[in-house]
Amino acid sequence: MLRYTLKRLLSLSVSLLVASIIIFLAIEVVPGDPASYMLGINAQPDTIAALREELGLNVSAVERYVNWVSGMLTGNFGTSYTYRTPVVDMIGDRMWISLPLALYALLLSTLIAFPAGILAASKRGSVADTLVMGITQLGVAIPNFWFAMLMVLVFAINLRWFSAGGFPGWDGGFWLAVKALTLPAVSLALPQASILARVMRSALLDTLGEDFVRSARAKGLNRRQALWRHALRNAMIPVLTIIGLQFSFLLAGAIIIENVFFLPGLGRLVFQSISQRDLIVVESVVMLLVFAVVIVNFSVDIAYALVDPRLRRRS
Amino acid sequence: MSLLQIDQLNLAIHGTPILRDVSFHLDAGQIVGVIGESGSGKSMTAYSVMQLLPEGSTTTGAIRLNGDNLLDLSEEQMCALRGDELGMVFQEPMTALNPVKSIGDQVAETVRIHRKASRAESLRIARETLDRVELPADRFPLSRFPHELSGGQRQRVVIAMAIALRPKVLIADEPTTALDVTTQAQILKLLRRLVREDNMALMLISHDLAVVSDLADEIVIMKSGTVVETGSAKTLFQSMTHPYTKKLFEASSHVPDRAEAESRTAAPLLKVSHVSRDYALPRTSLFAPPPKFRAVNDVSFQIQQGESLGLVGESGCGKSTLTRAILGLEEVQEGTILIDGVPVFSGHQVRRDIRQKMQVVFQDPYGSFNPRHRVARLVCEPFHLLDRPPRGAARAEAVAEALESVGLDEADGRKYIHEFSGGQRQRIAIARALIIKPKLIVLDEAVSALDVSIRAQILDLLADLSDRFGLTYLFISHDLSVVRSITDRVLVMKAGQIVEEGRTDAVFDNPQHAYTQSLIAAAPRLPDRQEQKEVSQ
Repeated sequence: MLRYTLKRLLSLSVSLLVASIIIFLAIEVVPGDPASYMLGINAQPDTIAALREELGLNVSAVERYVNWVSGMLTGNFGTSYTYRTPVVDMIGDRMWISLPLALYALLLSTLIAFPAGILAASKRGSVADTLVMGITQLGVAIPNFWFAMLMVLVFAINLRWFSAGGFPGWDGGFWLAVKALTLPAVSLALPQASILARVMRSALLDTLGEDFVRSARAKGLNRRQALWRHALRNAMIPVLTIIGLQFSFLLAGAIIIENVFFLPGLGRLVFQSISQRDLIVVESVVMLLVFAVVIVNFSVDIAYALVDPRLRRRS
Repeated sequence: MSLLQIDQLNLAIHGTPILRDVSFHLDAGQIVGVIGESGSGKSMTAYSVMQLLPEGSTTTGAIRLNGDNLLDLSEEQMCALRGDELGMVFQEPMTALNPVKSIGDQVAETVRIHRKASRAESLRIARETLDRVELPADRFPLSRFPHELSGGQRQRVVIAMAIALRPKVLIADEPTTALDVTTQAQILKLLRRLVREDNMALMLISHDLAVVSDLADEIVIMKSGTVVETGSAKTLFQSMTHPYTKKLFEASSHVPDRAEAESRTAAPLLKVSHVSRDYALPRTSLFAPPPKFRAVNDVSFQIQQGESLGLVGESGCGKSTLTRAILGLEEVQEGTILIDGVPVFSGHQVRRDIRQKMQVVFQDPYGSFNPRHRVARLVCEPFHLLDRPPRGAARAEAVAEALESVGLDEADGRKYIHEFSGGQRQRIAIARALIIKPKLIVLDEAVSALDVSIRAQILDLLADLSDRFGLTYLFISHDLSVVRSITDRVLVMKAGQIVEEGRTDAVFDNPQHAYTQSLIAAAPRLPDRQEQKEVSQ
């Protein structure tokens, strides 16, 4: 298990290195000089040169890459070209919205999907199964921003249970903040839960057809016991894979939902930075998202090994 | 009254009758062999006793265990019986165990489900039971996982789960079909010992007459959902009143008529010299080269034109690797493989002109065809080896000829593969191999998945084709009786090496190597009818 973990850690580091090079190169080839963009079209050449010097744009690409990476390692992400504030502060503020939102949505999606998927699989062909399959079909088909608007209409405008958007900050009280994140989290979670429930159902049905479930029944276990004690854990591998992918998406892919609910999260930050050519912010946020995705994948790999003893030894 | 009495059992699944008026019984300490080909209903009879039938099943009649009709019991009452009074062992040991639970937990679960035993107590019983199935504690601690065990060892764990509570009746559904012959012999011996020790009744289901006749006290022969004959194992094979029993018996020991191959030329068709094949194992260190596993080790042999050569060995002996090397599917690390004096590989490329001279027929008649193509197209697949494949009418003619030569009809070319039975599919596989008129056909367990009567037909077909077209066969099988019936010479392979080689009759009658002797001793044998008659007189 230790060997397996070390191997996964090694592959995690390699992924991060490769990702940092790709991100850096991608930003390099984008046309447009941040210094001239910041100073506008009427700027004097020597002012631009001075600003380039100040921003550290005059040195070679390799040196800039090394400066960028070593800066990130020491917590210095550089200074935003447009706002002239440290990037690390900008990201820090927004992280406290995007990360809790992603976790909240993931929690909701799992809490909905597991019981629904297990119920549908254990009563295959029943009314419950048909209902779960029908509803999840809708959930997969309907885009989450449309859900979001629908929920604003019902719960914020008509019922007035929640506010339609904005975020009061964590200083204003934990529950107030959670309340503000609830509608966005639900609208993010519903499509994800639909996918996850369907995956859970089909993985479980596959496992229920396996020979070892029949062996368990021959030992005297009833259907329920065979499902809970033997099938469920074996069905977890595909489910964990989907959960990992979904978390990555929730963290980075919430741009539209953040816009619908006026949440100042990471998605909106990237969106704004790209349009303002604030490349250093884009670079850093993208790298941070990559880091999060890689960490999530690492955790999923570790979870695989916890679920399946065959993976522990193979490394 | 018998311990288990099956009376006029009828089973239908979604209205389709599966079993009709099945009646037989088991007494304590008795082994009853249930024999039949696929679709005979032998497994469904077992599942009826366990009440583990597929959805949509309806049963009538009676299955009495100690007088109680199991068909009248509720699912809850059946759960209490399964694993306690009724144990069951399945065919496929590789998948019958839960891969994520230790063997100790899986055996102990049988105890915990039925007795209010503590975890420690149930693990103690699990340990005792694993000892009883000859998995000693020092090599097989309770914490082992199924993937750390071989097929035979897993089957022992499955048996341990079934007998942990010393059930009155044990049902074993093809318990040794997936195992090698020496492992099979050990598992059968174990089952016999457990029956004697616990005075248990054993229902042994098998398609293999020889396996059952070795072990059983009573034999039940089934066909298309009905029992056609029952009788004592000692007398059944002499009397054999039902024609189907006779047919089954004859098919099991069928030897096809083969013309003496006399047209052999001096030059060998296939010459394998000093061939070795290594596989890289996972690295143990970042810097050292990965360790190697030598699957085939310095193997040399040759096949003459028109000869039929058998290659026997147990799983993992390297026979499949050797086959892949001969077919040019994998490169070898050492040695040469020549067809008609020309190497199969030139550089790292397989030579097409050489590859045309050989074709292969695989074991699985279900997995070796693309289900979305028509048979005519499937049969034409080897044409890509030809520089100028026939087109239009010539192509249709070639397909018709190939199909007719294996006893099928030209019109069958327009059908899809799912419209054919296993035996017919294997005929199509042979037609596919024949269509480019190869010299050598490699038959990789080509009849192993077939029922005995179908197997006999395919063996006859192979013998006939060999006579008509002067074909050369490399016949790879774990089944000694089949190899004996169709080959002139035989190679015995063990751990990557050929340990014995000689004329088939000579090797079987007088094996020299200890391994060959153990293989032949382990192979179950059909009772000799003549011999039996003499004994009974």
